[in-house]
Amino acid sequence: MRMRALERKLLRDLGRLWAQALAIAAVLGCGVAVLIMALGVSDALDRSRAAYYERNAFADIFASVRRAPLTILPEIRALSGVRAAEARVSEFVVLDMPGRQRPATAQVVTLPEGRDTTLNRPTLTFGRLPNPDHPEEVVVGSSFGEAHGLRSGDTFAANIGGSRRELTVVGAALSPEFIYTIGPGSMMPDAASHGVIWMGQRAAEAAFNMTGAFDDLVLGLDMRTDERAVIEALDLILEPYGNYGVHGRAQQISHSFLDAEIEQLRVMAYVLPPVFLLITVFLVNMVIGRIVALERLEIGLLKATGYSDGAILAHYLLLAGLVAAVGIVLGSLGGTYLSRWMAGQFARFYEFPELIHSVSWTTHALAAIAGFAAATVGAVRAALSAARLPPAVAMAPAPPPHFNRGVIDRALDAVRMATPDLMIARSITRWPLRAATSLLGYALATSVLVASNFFPDSLDRIIDLAFDQSNRQDAILTFPSDVPDIAVEEIRKLPGVIQAEGNLSMAATLRHGHLEKDATLQGLSADADLARVVGENGVIAIPDRGLVLSDRLAETLEARTGDLIELDLPGHLADPVFVTVAAQVPQVLGLGAYMSPSAINAMLDRAPAVSAVNVTLAADEAAAFHAAVKTMPGLGGAILLADNRRSFEKTVAENIGAMTTIYILLGSAIAVGVAYNAARIQLSERARELASLRILGFGRGDVSWVLIGEAMILVVCAQPLGWWIGYQIAALMTRAFSSDLYVLPLVVQPATFAMASLVVILAAFGSVMLVRRRVDRLDLVAVMKSRE
Amino acid sequence: MFRTSALTKIYETGSVRVVALDAVDLTLNGGDLTVLLGPSGSGKSTLLNILGGLDHATSGQVWFRDLELTGLGDRALTRYRRDNVGFVFQFYNLVPSLTARENVRLITDIAPDPMSAEEALSLVGLSARLDHFPAQLSGGEQQRVAIARAVAKRPAVLLCDEPTGALDSKTGVQVLEVLDQVNREMGTTTVVITHNAMIQRMAHRVMHFADGRLVGDARITDRLAPSEVAW
Repeated sequence: MRMRALERKLLRDLGRLWAQALAIAAVLGCGVAVLIMALGVSDALDRSRAAYYERNAFADIFASVRRAPLTILPEIRALSGVRAAEARVSEFVVLDMPGRQRPATAQVVTLPEGRDTTLNRPTLTFGRLPNPDHPEEVVVGSSFGEAHGLRSGDTFAANIGGSRRELTVVGAALSPEFIYTIGPGSMMPDAASHGVIWMGQRAAEAAFNMTGAFDDLVLGLDMRTDERAVIEALDLILEPYGNYGVHGRAQQISHSFLDAEIEQLRVMAYVLPPVFLLITVFLVNMVIGRIVALERLEIGLLKATGYSDGAILAHYLLLAGLVAAVGIVLGSLGGTYLSRWMAGQFARFYEFPELIHSVSWTTHALAAIAGFAAATVGAVRAALSAARLPPAVAMAPAPPPHFNRGVIDRALDAVRMATPDLMIARSITRWPLRAATSLLGYALATSVLVASNFFPDSLDRIIDLAFDQSNRQDAILTFPSDVPDIAVEEIRKLPGVIQAEGNLSMAATLRHGHLEKDATLQGLSADADLARVVGENGVIAIPDRGLVLSDRLAETLEARTGDLIELDLPGHLADPVFVTVAAQVPQVLGLGAYMSPSAINAMLDRAPAVSAVNVTLAADEAAAFHAAVKTMPGLGGAILLADNRRSFEKTVAENIGAMTTIYILLGSAIAVGVAYNAARIQLSERARELASLRILGFGRGDVSWVLIGEAMILVVCAQPLGWWIGYQIAALMTRAFSSDLYVLPLVVQPATFAMASLVVILAAFGSVMLVRRRVDRLDLVAVMKSRE
Repeated sequence: MFRTSALTKIYETGSVRVVALDAVDLTLNGGDLTVLLGPSGSGKSTLLNILGGLDHATSGQVWFRDLELTGLGDRALTRYRRDNVGFVFQFYNLVPSLTARENVRLITDIAPDPMSAEEALSLVGLSARLDHFPAQLSGGEQQRVAIARAVAKRPAVLLCDEPTGALDSKTGVQVLEVLDQVNREMGTTTVVITHNAMIQRMAHRVMHFADGRLVGDARITDRLAPSEVAW
């Protein structure tokens, strides 16, 4: 089929405009790529998780109890809507791994004997399940096994129930319960220092003195069962046995971290791509507008020869559509690649048997629709003006641009600018809307960089608050349950310990009116030096009476200082008590609720007790300390904060490095798109003027300045606005990214603003310099001979 | 003032070869108002562009006083234009974003010994329109601004390519009067290209071009005043 002339023109136009089209397509492509990456990865995580949960029968309800008899199981299984129930023993233990000086910790979880577990089924990655007749046999979590190079038959020691036991690895497994495995007190998974161990039921019952009993319960529900009703019923059943709390998936650690991640990715998909699409609208509007102005005579001719308004409209919309198509294809390819890359990154923290990461066609379709919509919106004004142009008017040359002397001109007279500078100033004041559009474009480029690069600043603040100010201990030794505070003295006697302070923490449910939230209640004494609550104005001494709430918890409960909070301490108190809110503090990690330990012990009517001990260590005696901890009876865990910090910083550095590169590319794409197109249009409009200057004896540098100057002035002026917009986007993102697990503080360092501006200014400068080469090649003679 | 020797300019685009100037030898005297006549494509504009340092010759030589233009690079040609040459074009080529005064200042800002912009504009009779933008001026007025801009630097030569080509007779005469006045009062060597044979009557010298060659060269003894020229 022969191509029609107008179609041929379309392709030729696109060929002629390739550099400008590519600059626009790159901006659009970035938006499409971010959309596909963020939605693609969040979909991948969501779908992989759903499939995994389904296949491995992930539980719906989780309960923790001090010690309940197995005889109550039939009653629980008989609850309406309960499909399956598994009673388990779950304990934290300290491990002595071969070749590792520092202790590691693990969560021991039991598997039923003589049958498969009905819930939270582990998937073996190698080996087999433990043989009930061999109590020393265990299956280890896959990543923990890999981190320690464990194979079937390898052994390691564990401090179980106060005595040292040799355990033999018979396999490794993944579980939907531990997609994200994070040690107590950690901020990031660290496979080497914390893992999961599956043991046979009988072996664990014997080891933890839980024969005929359980301390951990998981339930599977029938579809459409009211989760709350089951939780309430189970609460009542477990009440007599020291109920530590019953909750649904939303509060299961692994599930909630994954939820937060998926939510963050979705926020990214809804915040960043619109910026790119908006800029695409501007750029298409600018470029198609100029093309219509240049093709005035041709439009007149086409209409005079009988092309309809619709055909003209379609012609220019189609041109924008072709540019969009290029951007969508580039963006889809880039986004698919990025989503695979990012899924690979996530696979390091989230353990799935398989990560389903095909980007769905609906995501591609959504991206394509958004891309075409942006191009159409951008082109429609110019295309309509072309379609509406009467042929007789079109065939006459456009009237010259009209300038008037205004207030600004009188001001310019006063400073007596050099004439090229005056030309720049006039161009900006004559087309303020266009200048403002370019300025906004540059500002958005800067804002994208600010909004995406503030994460390291924010994380630095988290590290500072969490480690340098709040948690200054070198290690935390935890006990399976609260112990008399004499334990602090025993730990102080361990080799290498400089300071030792007791620490009390327990699960709590807080209620204020109809609002309710589960959190951890911590007992911190006013003179505590190692674990402290730090507010904006420094350390906050926990008062002798009353409750101190983190801002986020207070917000959730809509509680203020002076309000009465109903406090439930499951497993510790039969009836709730009422406590006054004494203060509120900003907190970055978790939902903090604090009281003085003496107030908690008084409330519980018991002798002073602690659940953990914070210690600082003499560096040269760390080895002796580690060795002592590995064999100390009665310890539930040993958290080494230096390890935590190191793994957190390492992970952050790796991720941030890659993401920063990506965002610099994205921000540059916008700056290049705006600067290159603006300069090309300027050149096209002012070629004659610039050639006149050359003929009059101005050098190339002077003439180029008229072209480059406007872009550089606008890009520099755009920076403060870009910082402001970036800061607002960052604020929006911190709010969206914050969850009950952590609150991202909004911190943007001057260096981040400076970096963003530097990238945008350099990208803009590079782009106009590309256009400047065309100034050097201006054909002076031809320009002078032609009528505008 | 100018001297050319076997000046040749050949345009080659693909397989098409056009000889715009074919071994032209000529001399232009200082202070003369010379009119170049000839049909389109006869080579007069090409000659003007080479004399003005806008274009390079294919072969042959051009001297401005003792300066050989044909040997100059781009930077030196810019310098030559800036210091010595004033241009006037058919389509004025004013910068639309600058007022009349500012358009002239384009030159006075960079020329070594310029007159003031106001003086240049009063020379062309536009003292009352200093702060008007090109869009607010008539065609004749715009061309007079262009002339003021060209002469403000007190150039040694004024090169005019169809200066009245876009103007009606009455405004055209006004423009010619200004050119004649500049030539008389400032002694500026002036070269004018035109299709309008009537204009030759006001020149000191008339050169005819055809097919890239100089085919006629005459001195005018009975010059007319511009006001007596009509078309």
